[in-house]
Amino acid sequence: MSPARTSSLVIETPEGISFTLILASPITRFLAWLIDFIAIMALDSALQNALQITGILGADFAQAAGILAYFALSTGYGIGLEWRLRGQTLGKRVLGLRVMDAQGLRLDFSQIVIRNLLRAIDLLPGFYLVGGMVSVFTKNAQRLGDLAANTIVVRNPRIEQPDLDRLLGGKFNSLLEYQHLAARLRQRATPELAGIALSALLRREEFEPHARVELFDELASCVQSVVEFPAEAVESITSEQYVRNAVEILYRRSN
Amino acid sequence: MILDLPRFLSAERRYWTELESALDRIESDPSRRPQLDEIKALHYLYQRASADLAKMATFSSEPETRRYLESLVARAYAEIHESREARRRVHVRRWFAQELPQAFRRHVRAFWLAVAITLAGCAFGALALRIDPEAKAVIMPFGGLLENPATRVAREEHAKEDRLHGVKNTFAAQLMTHNTQVAFTTLALGMTWGFGTILILFYNGVTLGAVSLDYIQAGQSNFLMGWLLPHGAAEIPAILLAGQAGFILAGALIGWGTSLPRGQRLRAVSRDVLTLIFGMCLLLVWAGIIEAFFSQYHQPVIPYTLKIAFGAVELAALTLYLSRSGTSAQ
Repeated sequence: MSPARTSSLVIETPEGISFTLILASPITRFLAWLIDFIAIMALDSALQNALQITGILGADFAQAAGILAYFALSTGYGIGLEWRLRGQTLGKRVLGLRVMDAQGLRLDFSQIVIRNLLRAIDLLPGFYLVGGMVSVFTKNAQRLGDLAANTIVVRNPRIEQPDLDRLLGGKFNSLLEYQHLAARLRQRATPELAGIALSALLRREEFEPHARVELFDELASCVQSVVEFPAEAVESITSEQYVRNAVEILYRRSN
Repeated sequence: MILDLPRFLSAERRYWTELESALDRIESDPSRRPQLDEIKALHYLYQRASADLAKMATFSSEPETRRYLESLVARAYAEIHESREARRRVHVRRWFAQELPQAFRRHVRAFWLAVAITLAGCAFGALALRIDPEAKAVIMPFGGLLENPATRVAREEHAKEDRLHGVKNTFAAQLMTHNTQVAFTTLALGMTWGFGTILILFYNGVTLGAVSLDYIQAGQSNFLMGWLLPHGAAEIPAILLAGQAGFILAGALIGWGTSLPRGQRLRAVSRDVLTLIFGMCLLLVWAGIIEAFFSQYHQPVIPYTLKIAFGAVELAALTLYLSRSGTSAQ
C-alpha cells in the first residue's frame, strides 16, 4: 500500500499513448453503496412478496425460500449487475461510477466475484469502515476487495458542451479578423489554459468585481504570451472580452 | 501538428465510428470468436485512433472529441492487450470434471496449510478441554453443546417426535447461508496477509477438537461420528477450500519468490480462486441439506453404521474426485 494517493490513474499503452482514468472518491462510492442498499431492500421486499406464493407448499418451504432469496439477492446483486452492466450497479450508474481493471484491461468475471465477496471484511465493523479506511490510504483509492481483484472504481463524468452562444453573447470578435493568428492560438494554447479560461468565463459572476478584473487581466496576459494579436485588435476591448474572444476561437468549431 | 482541424476531424471520424462499432460487437457478445480479418481490422483501427489521440492530446480545442477518443482507445486497449482467454460459455460438465479439481491441485500446498492449521486447532481444543474441563463454557460455540453428551444422546435417541418437524427446510437454508458466510469471511481474510484466515481455521479446529473429545470422553463416539460425519464430510472440506482460497490470495499479496507486481500476481490467481469459491458453495449446499435432513436423525431412526458409512463414502468420493478427476486432461 502506498501512502501517495492520487485522484486519477494514468495508463500508458505500449503504443506510447496515455489515457487518464478519474478515480472515484470514498464518499461518492459510499453514496453509491447507499443507493444500492436501498435498491436491495426494495428488491428483497418485492421478492419476499412474490415468494409468498410458495406458501402453498408449506410455511417451512416459504420461509426457506425467503432466506435463500435474500442471501442470493444480497450476494448476487453486485456480481450480477457489474457483470451485465460492464462494471456498474444501479448506485454506480446514478453517480457515474464504473468498476474497471486496474491495468485498464478487460474486466474478468472472477475479478467481479472476488471484489464483491470481499465486502464481507470491507463492511466491518459497519458502514464500510474497513473498506473506507483502506481506500483512503491506498494509492488508487482501492478497498480490500479491489486490491484482491485488482480493480479500481473510476468516475465517468458526463461531459456537457458549454453553452457558448449564451456565454459569448454574439458579440463582435475582433481577433477573428486575424485568421492566421487565430489558427496559431488554436495550435499553441494548452488544454489547461483553454479549460481555465472557459471556467473563468462560466463562473465570472461568482467573483468580487476587483478579483474579476484581476483574474481576467492575468488570463489575458497568459493568452497574449501564447499569441500576440495586433494592438488595433485588442486596444478597445477589456481583458474579459479579450479572454471571451480567445475562448470563442478555441472552442467554436465553425470558426 | 494539425493544421486543419475540421478536415482532420471529418477524415478520421469514420474510422472512430468503425472502431466503436467493432468494440460494441465484441463487448455485446464476449462468447463470439472473431475472425482473423476482424482482429486485424480492430488492431489497425486501434492504432489509428491511438495516433489520432496523440495528435489531439496537445490540442486545446475539441475537448469533447479528445475525451471520446480517450475512452475509445481505452476500450480498444482493454480488448487488444488482454492476454487472458475470454470466458466463453461455461461448460458445467468440464468445469466440474476438470477445472475445479485441477485448480485444487494447482494450489494443494495452500490446502495442506489449511488442514494443518485446523488440526493444530483441534489438538489445542482437545488439550484445553482435557486440562481444564471448565474451559468448555468458553470453547463451545453454542449453548446446546454445554450439556452432558450422554444426556443429549439419551434424549435424542428416545425422542418420540421429530424436533425438526415443520422447520427442516428453514433449518437447511439457515445452515447453507450461515456456513457460506463463514466461508466467504475465511476467504476474504486472506487479504490480511492470511492472518485472519489462520485465526478462523484455528478457531474452527478448536471447536471441533473440543466437541470431539467431549463426546469421546463421555463414551459417545458412535453418536459423534454418526452425527458429524454425514454433513461434516462436505462442510469441513468446504471451509478448508475457503481457507485454501484465502491462502492463495495471501500468497499473491505477499508475493514470495516472484518479481511480478502485486496487481499481476492477484490477477494470475483470480480464476482459480473463483473456481474454488464455486466448489466450496456446492459443498456447503450439499452439507446444509444433509445436516437438516439426515445428520439430525439418530438410532433407532437411522442406524449409526449407516450414517458413518454414508459419511465415509462421501469423504472417499470427495478425496478421489479432488485428487484424480481431470488428471488425464491435464
